Amino acid sequence: MLIRRAPRFTESQITDPKLYLSRRELMSGAAAALVLSPSLASAAAPAPVLAPLVATRNAAFSVTDTATKVEAATTYNNFYEFGVNKDDPSRLGHTLRPRPWTVRVDGFVNKPKTFDIDELIKLFPLEERVYSLRCVEAWSMVIPWVGFPLASLLKRVEPNGQAKFVEFTTLLDPNQFPAQKPGFFGFSSLDWPYVEGLRLDEALHPLTLLTVGMYGKVLPNQNGAPIRIVVPWKYGFKSAKSIVRIRLVGEQPKTAWEKAAPAEYGFFSNVNPAVSHPRWSQADERRIGEFRRRPTLPFNGYADQVASLYTGMDLKKFY
Amino acid sequence: MTRRGRVALKVVVWGVCLAPLALLAYRAWNDDLGANPISFITNTLGDWTLRILLASLAMTPLRIVFGLSWPITLRRLLGLFAFFYVCLHFSVWIVLDFFFDWPRMWADIVKRPYITIGMAALVSLIPLAATSTTGMIRRLGARNWTRLHRLAYVAAVCGVLHYTWLAKVGVKDPYWYATALVILLGVRVWEWGRRAMRRRHAAAAVGSRAENQLS
Repeated sequence: MLIRRAPRFTESQITDPKLYLSRRELMSGAAAALVLSPSLASAAAPAPVLAPLVATRNAAFSVTDTATKVEAATTYNNFYEFGVNKDDPSRLGHTLRPRPWTVRVDGFVNKPKTFDIDELIKLFPLEERVYSLRCVEAWSMVIPWVGFPLASLLKRVEPNGQAKFVEFTTLLDPNQFPAQKPGFFGFSSLDWPYVEGLRLDEALHPLTLLTVGMYGKVLPNQNGAPIRIVVPWKYGFKSAKSIVRIRLVGEQPKTAWEKAAPAEYGFFSNVNPAVSHPRWSQADERRIGEFRRRPTLPFNGYADQVASLYTGMDLKKFY
Repeated sequence: MTRRGRVALKVVVWGVCLAPLALLAYRAWNDDLGANPISFITNTLGDWTLRILLASLAMTPLRIVFGLSWPITLRRLLGLFAFFYVCLHFSVWIVLDFFFDWPRMWADIVKRPYITIGMAALVSLIPLAATSTTGMIRRLGARNWTRLHRLAYVAAVCGVLHYTWLAKVGVKDPYWYATALVILLGVRVWEWGRRAMRRRHAAAAVGSRAENQLS
């Protein structure tokens, strides 16, 4: 509510970024004052002042590239629950309520459990990992995420012998995700809720990060608050956001993008410069903030760590 | 329409057609093109190419449906502005997006259907821009010139397909352009059909009169 950038009406009204940023500081102060005043706080939506998170940098799991500017990483997003445009998530993200929030972990496990988000965050030590993120649309970013390995959580619920895949489900709530409401003629971009999945060995890989923050703070709504997955060697859409359920299953999950366009988005979707998207090349990418394209690396530069997961597989067939 | 009215109309068209470019320049100057400026510029220029091209194709339907003749005087100007925007769109692709990486661009033109058809749209606009002067109309003859300029339909269809084929799932804008194009071309088809029918009736009438005279 309060802190959103004012809508632009005419060019003469476009505010100098310096001005609105200082205004933003002022407003976050005002919002804090509101929260302190109980009578007003009930009337006000939670202000997007992001709480800092204490985490230890895990250098062994971090790239040394310069991190993308936080302004870019929080305003240039694909999060179809808010809309298909890159600025929809940051414009409309305020409708998502990341608290209270629970994550159900169940399926083929010995100890299924519904975790409260605040309890979940405290279960394991938080790490900061700088990963590169490659979008299937041929752009990339470098983001310092905060979280812990998904493997830690999965081990706690004890997957049994029938568990072969892990399915992630994003919140389904058209009141919080405006684009989940059917549009013209019942037109909807994807079949909600958003479902993603990993093979169990991919999910247990130490690089797979259950993520609750970025840039030293809790996740902004537009980046998948309050909890998301980050799988850095796969195209970005594999990393489900705003997760409410993690289910261990025996069959390969049918993912949202596979349903929408099976010829374009496969279950594996490992970053692979040698396999084109049917409509465009994946050989190179534009790193956000850079001018020239740079070559895309196999498995997004994580080949040493993850290539062995796919030994003997034809990656052209299992794209 | 008076001469003053016509001039005022053209000034408005110039203003409307240059405004998107001015806004783009203004935003570039203020470093306000978003996180992916090259993509933003390319998309904006592509959008305005299609909008102005469709506007140029709306002038004839305005006469057919509403009997207005003055919009026709704006058709050439709009067509040239569409060509201007498509040239900018293409230049950005060459210079900013691929930085003169000719082999890579050629590979995309050949391999990627949305780029192939986009190129087709651009190429089909070139002869139209080249023959847009009154002198060229005279040199070609009105009939040939009119025939050549039906390429505008090809350009618009290819341009809309270009956008439809590149847009990702869930993006609706290309379908609005497609709807507009179908309406604009549909009005013409309807008009051609009506005229053909009238000609046939006229021919039939002449034929029966001739028979009457013979008997």
